[in-house]
Amino acid sequence: MSDVITKAQVITWLENCAALLETQKAYLTELDAAIGDGDHGLNMARGFGKVKEKLPSMADASIGSILNTSGMALISSVGGASGPLYGTFFMRASTAVQARQELEPMDLVKLMEQGIEGVVQRGRAEVGEKTMLDALIPALNALKSQLEAGAGLSDALDACVAAAEAGVRSTIPLVAKKGRASYLGERSVGHQDPGATSATLILGLLRDVVKGSGVS
Amino acid sequence: MKKLINAVENVLTEQLQGMAAAHPELNISLDPKYITRVGAPFAGKVAIISGGGSGHEPLHGGFVGHGMLTAACPGEVFTSPTPDQMYEAAKAVASDAGVLFIVKNYTGDVLNFETAAEMVHSEGIKVQNVIVDDDVAVKDSLYTAGRRGVGTTVILEKVVGAAAEEGYGLDACADLARKVNSYGRSMGMALTSCIVPAAGKPTFTLAEDEVEIGIGIHGEPGQYREKLRPADAIVETLALEILDDGAYKRTLREWDRENATWVERDVIDEPFKAGDSVIALVNSMGGTPVSELYAVYRKLAELCEARDITIARKLVGPYITSLEMQGFSITLVKADAEILKFWDAPVSTPALRWGV
Repeated sequence: MSDVITKAQVITWLENCAALLETQKAYLTELDAAIGDGDHGLNMARGFGKVKEKLPSMADASIGSILNTSGMALISSVGGASGPLYGTFFMRASTAVQARQELEPMDLVKLMEQGIEGVVQRGRAEVGEKTMLDALIPALNALKSQLEAGAGLSDALDACVAAAEAGVRSTIPLVAKKGRASYLGERSVGHQDPGATSATLILGLLRDVVKGSGVS
Repeated sequence: MKKLINAVENVLTEQLQGMAAAHPELNISLDPKYITRVGAPFAGKVAIISGGGSGHEPLHGGFVGHGMLTAACPGEVFTSPTPDQMYEAAKAVASDAGVLFIVKNYTGDVLNFETAAEMVHSEGIKVQNVIVDDDVAVKDSLYTAGRRGVGTTVILEKVVGAAAEEGYGLDACADLARKVNSYGRSMGMALTSCIVPAAGKPTFTLAEDEVEIGIGIHGEPGQYREKLRPADAIVETLALEILDDGAYKRTLREWDRENATWVERDVIDEPFKAGDSVIALVNSMGGTPVSELYAVYRKLAELCEARDITIARKLVGPYITSLEMQGFSITLVKADAEILKFWDAPVSTPALRWGV
C-alpha cells in the first residue's frame, strides 16, 4: 500500500461504518443498557445510515467537506450525548484537512487531534472517566509516536487500533464520571463503555480500509 | 406492554398531530419537530425556548403559549432533541431581542442545546443557555454529571416566560432564570417503573412492597430502595432532604456572545431558612392520582409550617411526568417579590392557564 489515504478510501470507510454499526447495533445497545439508557447501538446505526445517504452527492467534494457533512448528519440524527460528540469530532476533524483530496499520515494525526480536542471541549471529559476518550486518546498517541519514530502508515494504524482496543478494556474497571452512567457511581464498575467501544470499531474499520484496498 | 399506541415508531408524531388538532393556538412542525406559538416572532420580546425528551408531558409542549414558552422542541421518548430542532425553532420565533434556551441538566440535552446555541449564534441571533439542575437526590457534582433538572423547570418556565412577556431583555431573562434555578430544589420517588414504548418493557423493576427514593424522571436510579412506608413518612423523607440540603456548589457553562465561546461560572445555591416564602409544586410522575398528591401536600404544608417556611403559592398535579410511573416529586422554589409577581402574571397555555 502507498502511504497516503485517498478520498475514495475515506468514502469507503464512512460507507462501511454504516454497515458495521448496523451489525454491531445489538452489541452496543446491550453495553449501553447496562450503564446508560440502552440506545447507543440504535442511535449510531441510524446516524451513520444518514451519513451514508449523503455520500453519493459528495463524490466531487474535498475530504474536509465530506467529513463536515458527515458531522452535520450525525449531529442532526443521532441524539443523546453521542450525536453532538461524534458530530463535533467529524466537524472539527474537517477543519484540519480542509480542501485536501488525499491525506498524508501526519494529516491523519492532525485530523484526530482536532477532532479529539472538539470532543474534550464539548464533553468536558478527560481520560479515566469511562468515555470514548479512553479509547481515542491512547489511539492518537500511539499513531503519532509510531509515525514520528518512522513507522509506515500500516504499522502505525495497527498500533493505533491496538491502543484503542486496550483503551476500551481499560474502561471496564472504571467508575463512570460523565453522562447518565455517572448516576450509577460504583455500580458502573465492571461494564465496558459503549462510546469507547463504538469509537474503536470505527477506528478499526479505517485501518482495514486503508490496509485492505491497496489503492496506489 | 399495554398502551394506547398505533405503531411504536409513530408515537411522537401522532402525539404532535393530536396537539395540533386540539390547540389551533400552536403551530407544530413535524420535520424537524418543534412547537411554536401562533404569531411568533413577537417584536421586542425575548423568545423562550425549551425542550427535552418526550414522556414528561405536559412539559414542555404543554407550556407553549402567552406568558410562558415561545417554542418547545420534543425529542423521542426520554431522548434529547437534536440541534437542528432548536436551530429551526429559534429561527422561526426569534425577534431582535434574542432567544433564551432553558435546558434541563442531562448530558444529552446540554450537549445538543450547546451545539444549537453555536449554530443560532452563527445566524446572527442573540442567544443564551440556562441550565436547570435542582434534583437534591444527586449529592455531588464532582463525580457525576451533576444534579438533574426536574420540577423547578416548570416554575422557571412560568416565571421567565412572564418576564419576557413584560419586556425583559435577554440578559435580564437569563439572570432571572439563573436565580429561579438557584432558589429551587426538588426530589422524587417511584412506586412503580414506567415503560418506554420503544423498549416495550419496564425500565426497572420494584417488588410489590418496594419503592425507590430519589428517582430521576427517566427512571434513573435513586438513592436507595426501601419497603413501602405510610405516605406521611415518605413525604417527610423527601421534604427534609430538600429543606435540609446544604449549600450546593457546581460549575455551569454560559455562552459568551462577545467572544463566541463558552465560559464557566461557579454557582452556589444557598439552603432554605426560617422566614422564607416558597412556591411549592407537588407533582405526579404520571400514574399517581391527584387524590394522593393532596395527601402529600397536607404533610408538606405541615412540615413547612414547622420550619417557619410560608408556602406563598402552590401547584398540585401532573406537570413533569415520567410516562405512567407511579410516584411523586416535591419542588420548593424560594419566592421573592420579583418571582411572585411573574408567577401571578397571566398565562395561557394548554397546561397552565390563569389571569386571562
